[in-house]
Amino acid sequence: MHEFALAQAVVAEVEKIVEKGYRVEKLRIYLGELQSVDREVFEQYVSMMLREVQENVDVEYVDEEAEFSCRVCGYKWSLSELELDEDEREAIHFLPEAVYSYVKCPRCSSRDYAIERGRGVRISIEYSE
Amino acid sequence: MSRHYTVLDPRLEGAKKMLSSVSRIIAVMSSKGGVGKTLFSAVFASIASRKGFRVGLLDLDITNPGLHVVLGIDPLSIQPGEEKGITPVSISRLEFMSTVFYTRDNPSPMRGTSVDNAIREVLAATRWSRLDILVVDTAPGLSDVAISTLEYFPGVEVVVVATPSRLSINSIEKLLKLLSEMKYKKYLVENMSSGNLLVDLARKYHTVYLGSIDYYREVEEYIGDIEKLVSSRFGRSVEEIANKIL
Repeated sequence: MHEFALAQAVVAEVEKIVEKGYRVEKLRIYLGELQSVDREVFEQYVSMMLREVQENVDVEYVDEEAEFSCRVCGYKWSLSELELDEDEREAIHFLPEAVYSYVKCPRCSSRDYAIERGRGVRISIEYSE
Repeated sequence: MSRHYTVLDPRLEGAKKMLSSVSRIIAVMSSKGGVGKTLFSAVFASIASRKGFRVGLLDLDITNPGLHVVLGIDPLSIQPGEEKGITPVSISRLEFMSTVFYTRDNPSPMRGTSVDNAIREVLAATRWSRLDILVVDTAPGLSDVAISTLEYFPGVEVVVVATPSRLSINSIEKLLKLLSEMKYKKYLVENMSSGNLLVDLARKYHTVYLGSIDYYREVEEYIGDIEKLVSSRFGRSVEEIANKIL
């Protein structure tokens, strides 16, 4: 599963901090709507791998809605405004930037737009000495 | 007890994990476009695999991928697999990965940040087998693809492809200077040339000169058929070059 690779990347960051002698207190994982990670599968992988690195890490998952803004006309839109077929959704799941191959600005049809938020997986970590 | 807080993009650590199965990474670069990077990358990788090396081939020309065309792959009819990440497509004794499998040969215009994001995603998600060599084809210019290639691949060696045109030389000289400043191991291949005209340029930047490849008109006909390319006069020239660094 692709989720395995994403979980592996997240836990590798935790591991790097633990290896420096710190204790990770809190791991917050932001899941961008655009990538639409399978949350259940992803969570399982994260908790399984995390146990190998440090016990009792407080993990919080935060869903982030995707938002786009057109660099040409300024229009802002969300994923729910778009009609994507299953193949397109799957391509974007693997590579969020594939969105530029399938989506244009709903107002002016430009492909020059920014993914303002909700792209993919990012994390924040709180740790102590 | 002091507390620290950090916000991170986990993909570069993920990329390190994924690339740990690769022994040697060779990036084919040129700041000048149209000098033959993609053809060289595909044929060089194929020749290395025929010599018994386990070889991966990665297209990092994110907005304009072309390796699938050289290899004769229709990105609509074949897809990478999924096994603890994305597993590359196996073709002609190579493991091959490209973003074209997701953009499906549609236009994919991206600003630099998105190009870098796409590169990070591909590197963090692609699970290569145990490889002797990963050959990375790159985009022209000294922008995001070039910078990310030099930063994200540990111990990367760079094969610079250049033609003897003045435009190419002017451009390549900047790339060689950059690579020298950053102390990368680097080689120069002279393409579409009737002689060894870039030896002095290579020497000036302490670059190993690997040889010259003539202009072969028939190469165009063989694009899409990697077997024909490998056995062509172009392929034989690439093999002589490959023998010097494999």
